Amino acid sequence: MSELNFDEMSQEYFDVLRELGNIGAGNATTALAQMLQCKVDMSVPKVGLLEFKEVGEAMGGEEQIMAGIYLGVEGDITGSIMFLLEKDSARFLVSKLMGMQPEGEEFSEMELSALKEVGNIITGAYLNSLSTITNLKIFPTIPDMTVDMAGAIMSVPAIQFGAVGDRMLLIQTQFFDEVAIDGYFILIPDLESYSKILSALGMAL
Amino acid sequence: MAQVIKVGMADLNVCVSPDGITTLGLGSCVGIAIRDPMTKIGGLAHIMLPDSTTIRNNSNIPKFADTGIEELVKRVVARGANRSRLVAKIAGGAQMFSFGGGNSETIRVGERNVEATKKKLAQLKIPVLAEDTGKNYGRTVIFYPETGDFVIRAVGKPEKTI
Repeated sequence: MSELNFDEMSQEYFDVLRELGNIGAGNATTALAQMLQCKVDMSVPKVGLLEFKEVGEAMGGEEQIMAGIYLGVEGDITGSIMFLLEKDSARFLVSKLMGMQPEGEEFSEMELSALKEVGNIITGAYLNSLSTITNLKIFPTIPDMTVDMAGAIMSVPAIQFGAVGDRMLLIQTQFFDEVAIDGYFILIPDLESYSKILSALGMAL
Repeated sequence: MAQVIKVGMADLNVCVSPDGITTLGLGSCVGIAIRDPMTKIGGLAHIMLPDSTTIRNNSNIPKFADTGIEELVKRVVARGANRSRLVAKIAGGAQMFSFGGGNSETIRVGERNVEATKKKLAQLKIPVLAEDTGKNYGRTVIFYPETGDFVIRAVGKPEKTI
């Protein structure tokens, strides 16, 4: 098998990954709606292969404060997945979930814990749909979360992409409830896992 | 008017006093600022990975500590800095998450970036005057070749200058 290289990836593969992102985000939206017990709409996800220099800009600036939930992926494929949420969106979600107004500027322990759970459910739904489509066993590991500058959080997946190429795949999804919630998914399969996903979908590399 | 030049991820640039040079939201990456205190010519690199020699796809020079620092020194010297007077300050190399996708190599990448940075600077005989590295939070840095001040900002923490 030739090594998969994002920089030379064909439009076809890109479309498949986009579609996977679409379905995953759709599932995640359903999970979010169930959790909040209200209707949540989702815009068509924007999928982009970004150069590292552009990553911060794409998320509203490197210094934009975001909540990042990061977990490992095990099973037939290995790698990691990250879900990022803009701070105000995170606040909104948590207050909705806990049925109370947020206090102060910083997240409380309780709110952080709720937010981690939101991330866990959303990424779980995303991985579930990926597992169903590809018929591969995919298990998430225990998540970790941080609230920090977008650039700093993004450095973690960027470094993983950086080990194999000069661009990273970012899926941006906008959820709509009473307010628009911007969420970003970054799926980071190991190289072998990319080929596994693509071949499970009947695409030869 | 003094300007502040922006450096992105896996990027580097040269800066001459009175201008400043910045890179935003350093996570596990490392920001390396060097300058010649006499000519007040300096530069900043934002590296992502420790070692270009262990990776096949390594044409992106500013992405790696080893090749990035070499290139930064070359560019600063080409601009008029004296090679033997160069001094450095470094920041970043945080561990943003307490797990790294189940891979210990990934989890320690911040630490390894800092180690590789110091190793390369030592090899080039450029002294590290100050550092703010490690921990678990992101940093925005601004470097002023005029004074050598390396200003570090982090979320929910007071600004500091090293």
